[in-house]
Amino acid sequence: MTEMIYTYDGSFEGFLCCIFDSYANKEVLTAIFRDEDFAPSLFASRWIPTDRDHANRVLRKIVKVSPYTVELLQKGFLTCLPEKEIHLYRLVVKLLREGPGFLRNFSDETLYPVITAVRHLNGEAHLLKGFVRFSDLGGVLGGEIEPKNRVLPLLRSHFCARYQNERFFLYDRTHKEALFYAAGKAVIRPLEDFQMAPPDQAEANYRILWKRFYDTIAIKERYNPRCRMTNMPKRYWGTMTEFQDERYFTVPDSPAAAPAPAVPDGRSAPGKLPGPGPSGPGSAL
Amino acid sequence: MDVLEKLTILTDAAKYDAACTSSGGDRTAKKGYIGNTSSSVAGCCHTFSADGRCVTLLKVLLTNNCVYDCKYCINRRSNDTRRAAFTPEELADLTIQFYRRNYIEGLFLSSGVFRSPDYTTELMIRALRLLREQYRFNGYIHAKAIPGTSPELVEQLGFLADRLSVNIELPSEAGLKTLAPDKTKQAILAPMGQIRVRNQQSREELVKYRHAPKFAPAGQSTQLIVGATQDTDFHILRLTQGLYDRYRLKRVFYSAYVPVVEHALLPSKDVKPPLLREHRLYQADWLLRFYGFRAEELLDEAHQDFDPRVDPKCSWALAHLDFFPVEVNTADYETLLRVPGVGVTSARRILTARRAGRLRIESLPKLGVVMKRAQYFLTASGKVADGLRFTPDSLLRGLIAAEQPSLPQPPMEQLSLFDPA
Ligand code: SF4
Repeated sequence: MTEMIYTYDGSFEGFLCCIFDSYANKEVLTAIFRDEDFAPSLFASRWIPTDRDHANRVLRKIVKVSPYTVELLQKGFLTCLPEKEIHLYRLVVKLLREGPGFLRNFSDETLYPVITAVRHLNGEAHLLKGFVRFSDLGGVLGGEIEPKNRVLPLLRSHFCARYQNERFFLYDRTHKEALFYAAGKAVIRPLEDFQMAPPDQAEANYRILWKRFYDTIAIKERYNPRCRMTNMPKRYWGTMTEFQDERYFTVPDSPAAAPAPAVPDGRSAPGKLPGPGPSGPGSAL
Repeated sequence: MDVLEKLTILTDAAKYDAACTSSGGDRTAKKGYIGNTSSSVAGCCHTFSADGRCVTLLKVLLTNNCVYDCKYCINRRSNDTRRAAFTPEELADLTIQFYRRNYIEGLFLSSGVFRSPDYTTELMIRALRLLREQYRFNGYIHAKAIPGTSPELVEQLGFLADRLSVNIELPSEAGLKTLAPDKTKQAILAPMGQIRVRNQQSREELVKYRHAPKFAPAGQSTQLIVGATQDTDFHILRLTQGLYDRYRLKRVFYSAYVPVVEHALLPSKDVKPPLLREHRLYQADWLLRFYGFRAEELLDEAHQDFDPRVDPKCSWALAHLDFFPVEVNTADYETLLRVPGVGVTSARRILTARRAGRLRIESLPKLGVVMKRAQYFLTASGKVADGLRFTPDSLLRGLIAAEQPSLPQPPMEQLSLFDPA
């Protein structure tokens, strides 16, 4: 067994191929990098091409031993755990070597970092189910988030059920991707740049109403900013209506300054769904 | 009066109600309707207000006009305050538009008693019916059943709402007589009993006919005001337990009394709301609902109030030191739950983890055990935490220190931020 660094294209399938090739080549991986994150080093490295068939064979093998691990891999891959690939790889190696027994022990040293990261992901997705804010942009609902983890695949089914008869999109600023939904179909697509259109009068009014409700519902004799902060960390406030400055609640003067809401460059305008493309790990969830 | 102004008045008048959860709903998404109340949104907070409370529902009154004169309430007839009322359309529109923007999970509709309980309930029914039928709202609705409302109207309300609540507010009949002279214990308990029975019947019908209409599928709750009367914690907790046992309530909420009025029978206006006491009651309530404790185990005739210094579970542990230490490798679930610092989740994790091998002290924090509290009360394979030594005195101090950071702030710090002076 030789030690080796692998690089891959950053997709979930590509990652599974790293596992496949490590077994095929009898190599022990010390690191797995997305090619864009990889700085050439003194250590031996190998570029792993993505091969759907290889990826599926890895998945089938893992499912047989432990379906739960497949879920851990899919979710773990969405987390912001630093060097998540190598943690997930070690989980698979241990699983195939020892069987699934160790998965019952939360405190197991291979499992613990992954499960903690997945809990963080689940927790963030749960919070965002509440903290996401949409605006009505000419009949289409649009929202933005700035999460640490890639939560869109986890939010998809929730918001699709909630807004079954609406058209909506949700943009993830951190990972530069968006969830689009219309007429029963949802996709998650990369989206480099996005600028939310300013509100029209009706939208501005509802924002004002909400802000007023928010400010009024607090009981001043119970004022407790620390408790609020613990429950709703400040990093979420940036995309929440009730914490925006005045501009957010006013309609821009000249109507020309407020173009119809759309995703820039005519790319995947809300409502027009891009066709199917390569699947992200999310499509498996 | 425009909607913004109405919203301000009717939110301000509703904010002392503590209930704001959307739990227990089971409306799945329905074609042509907006929203659902599936379990995936249970415990979903849409924001937290500046007082640190979870906001899930649009919590407003239909109107703050009231013919009653409950002494503790800002909406009482004799209080000189601005009055407003939503039209059913305004309320439905606000709910739908807030819901679409993901501001809220649904509506919590309460009301002052406008003309009579029946008249008020009819208005509420009209508003909710419009929201459900015309606006096709399939999200969560919590409606207040007003004491004194006739059973037929409570019945209709129950088929529109996910949850109903009748607020007891004052924990004793004596309190009711002096502070809420228009209400009687009987008038409060009657709808509670009715809701309980109808909810049960509706569940049985659902087993037989899948599409039978659901009566308040998320059950009922109530609220008790803490600190407006002389009632002790023991009294309040026993009442709570009776409500869980007899009326199958889903939740009892506690609301630290905020003095909004000078009255000879009430704490004076500069008395701070008893937040710590409220906190202790919530902790004890949790122990009743999820940890298998009974009220009489936590308090008794000789100890009528909770120790402000430590939480009720630690209190119990300190009074039952012979029960400890608990060995994590062999103790059953119920026993583990009695250990301070071990919760429902960590107790379950301990059960699963120890099937994979013997547990050591070091692995416990990773299972979610809060060692700062638990270390005094458990062993793993007969061993205690490294270097742990304590006397009864240092034990108490250790427990006090462990909880300190998570307590509600001392009331002193709170007001200064608001006082312009
Ligand atoms: S009936 Fe309700 S709204 Fe009216 S005074 Fe009493 S508590 Fe207040």
